[in-house]
Amino acid sequence: MLCLPASELVRVAGGTAARRSAGVCRRLKTVVLFSGNEAIARGAYEAGVRVAAGYPGTPSTEILENIVNYESIYAEWSPNEKVAFEVALGAALGGARSLVTMKHVGVNVAADPLLTASYTGVNAGLVLVSADDPGMHSSQNEQDNRHYARFAKIPMLEPSDSQEAKDFTVRAFEISEQYDTPVLLRTTTRVNHGKSVVCLNEPAEVPIRKFEPDPQKYVMIPAHARKRHLAVEERMGKLREFVESTDLNKVEWGDTSIGVVTSGISYQYVKEVLPQASVLKLGMTYPLPEQRIRDFAAKVERLYVVEELDPFLEDEIRALGISVIGKDRFPATGELSPERVAAGFGLEVTASSVPTTNVPPRPPVLCPGCPHRGFFHVLRKLKAIVTGDIGCYTLGVLPPLETMDTCVCMGASIGNALGMKRAQPSDDTRPVVAVIGDSTFVHSGITGLIDAVYNNTPVTICILDNSTTAMTGGQDHPASGKTLRGQDTYRLDLPSLAKAVGVEDVLVVDPYDLEAVERSLKYATQLSKPSVVITSRSCMLKTKQRPAPVFVNTDICTGCRLCLRLGCPAIEFTTNKEGKLEPHINPTLCRGCGVCIQVCRVGAIGRKQE
Amino acid sequence: MSSTTTNIRLAGVGGQGILVASEVLSDALLEAGYDVKKSEVHGMAQRGGTVNSDVRFGHKVYSPIIPEGLTDILLAFEHMEALRYLPSVKPGGIVIANEQRILPASVTSGNAEYPADINEQLAGRAWRVISFDALMLAKEAGSVRSINICLLGALSRFLDIDASVWEAVLTRRFVNKGLDANLKAFALGRGAVGD
Repeated sequence: MLCLPASELVRVAGGTAARRSAGVCRRLKTVVLFSGNEAIARGAYEAGVRVAAGYPGTPSTEILENIVNYESIYAEWSPNEKVAFEVALGAALGGARSLVTMKHVGVNVAADPLLTASYTGVNAGLVLVSADDPGMHSSQNEQDNRHYARFAKIPMLEPSDSQEAKDFTVRAFEISEQYDTPVLLRTTTRVNHGKSVVCLNEPAEVPIRKFEPDPQKYVMIPAHARKRHLAVEERMGKLREFVESTDLNKVEWGDTSIGVVTSGISYQYVKEVLPQASVLKLGMTYPLPEQRIRDFAAKVERLYVVEELDPFLEDEIRALGISVIGKDRFPATGELSPERVAAGFGLEVTASSVPTTNVPPRPPVLCPGCPHRGFFHVLRKLKAIVTGDIGCYTLGVLPPLETMDTCVCMGASIGNALGMKRAQPSDDTRPVVAVIGDSTFVHSGITGLIDAVYNNTPVTICILDNSTTAMTGGQDHPASGKTLRGQDTYRLDLPSLAKAVGVEDVLVVDPYDLEAVERSLKYATQLSKPSVVITSRSCMLKTKQRPAPVFVNTDICTGCRLCLRLGCPAIEFTTNKEGKLEPHINPTLCRGCGVCIQVCRVGAIGRKQE
Repeated sequence: MSSTTTNIRLAGVGGQGILVASEVLSDALLEAGYDVKKSEVHGMAQRGGTVNSDVRFGHKVYSPIIPEGLTDILLAFEHMEALRYLPSVKPGGIVIANEQRILPASVTSGNAEYPADINEQLAGRAWRVISFDALMLAKEAGSVRSINICLLGALSRFLDIDASVWEAVLTRRFVNKGLDANLKAFALGRGAVGD
């Protein structure tokens, strides 16, 4: 069976020595390989959670997608993170353990209720998952949301693998109820999307706690809130006592010449590169266990802090008067990695001995058949100022489309367009166009649209409606007509909504029809009042429709390369037998959208007959 | 760095079934009794960009991502991607590469050349290079989508996992979803590795 070559791989890849003694879980066959997100969903189930809400955002999305596996939990995609947090808080006050999930920048949207929920406290447990994205694999910034724990004065737990992601979720609910506070469960991309071994437990039976009105606690008028602020400070004192004794924090003694304070995924990198060092592993990172840190620091020769992003632990430890080595060795930008941590400790890093050859880059692109492609191709011709937003269509900034001037945060395209228009000198006649997706528009574009009408600012707002939250993998939302569990529901009618807030010119076009798109955009951008253009066409990944692929008639093709300006992955420009560069269309990639047929000036592209 | 951990990197282009392959691989390793960790990135990277997934196994695994330059086996789903990730392979490592070409925009637009001497470059670094057309074998197995499982078949020749474990894991995943084609693709991939 085994065909291992005589190499050192025999030692590492084979043999029972490398196998793990299974433990009880393996014997009971309740051991599984879970991502952190699957584990958090499972933890919520085991903790007896009844209500879960969130808005999709990498790397948090799969938590709610997995929670639907547990029938006992009501789960919803909310229109945005603020609403999601409010739903979860309402449920917690109503007596049900509740979970709310979002990506790091989503917490900015939910910050308003979060900071006052700290004052109201909870009835049943409330846990907020903030999934941070160091390295910005799929984000517009890499803010460190550990600051939110200090800002909101709520306890924070940081798991370092999937087992902890599950266990800490359960513990977070216990802490939430014991100390009457929301709890922040802060994860990072490598914990959310990394998979590791998890032992499953049975779910707990947690009865609903009856809601008893208590206006002094739940109605935050100033007179009540002043008293609650005192309660928050008192709670912080109790949490500082708790954190000194909890087993969420632990010391792993080793060689005491180096002591490392660390948490989350950084712990794994430290163990990888310095298995012999002494480590204070913090599972609870707010508030910090001052005495335990002092004791640990006293017993080691040199104290390091290894943490991703900001010097959150480091600053707190320095404030205790303890000298520590941290951000001067371990960068505050980007993700850490085993080699970055090794370099910080001055260890030799395995250097690559091969010179890197010139491998052509492969950046993300709009899919073949993506309805956004033709839209951007036309918009480019208008030479407009284009304020962009968060979604697949942000790829419109990249070559060859290059038709986006700003991208800041969810919904910002509309407000940015309004300000841009107000700043525009009278001799600058470029139209100002906002580009926003359907899910993003529902998330936080509607209020911007109301502003456009209210203050009569003549901008054109383009809603690229592909009936899904595409970039995060195709989640439903209020304008897609389906719920998180896939049930049919009322489908928010975007044209009616735009008209209802007072937009007089609302044009709906098929983005596969370039002439119609051009006509609509030209009309809309010449108006002296706000206008809305909605491009309506399902995300290519969501539709089963497959029109016949198209082909290039190379006898007619003049080689002008205009079709290449679409940036369609199916259009390949390759050398033919005579050594001449010519386009052809890869039939396995082509989705038959026909946009390239309309772009070709000499009619060299046609559709194959079925 | 811990030396009892084996590092496998799967790399290719979004949409090639890399994440499914790394799931199956991890499940098989777990079932075979190892500690396993796997890591990858979702989201923007999937839109036709380059995709990779790290699978690490052994007695006790810490980091979910492979330390740079310590990949034992690189399983490349696309020929050029093997070259992109070659520097991550340790001297004496193994490269298994699908010879299928998926042209990136820089090449389709005529702005860059698809590298010509890929297998020679791979051989310059790796202890052993296995390079074959997995697309052709997948077609032979009855489904072009089984490329990923075909490549796993080739990888299986270098792992101490019983055939019964692979079969159980593949059956669990693909029952009612083209199991026959996937089992056949696995066998064809396994057969593509010479002794």
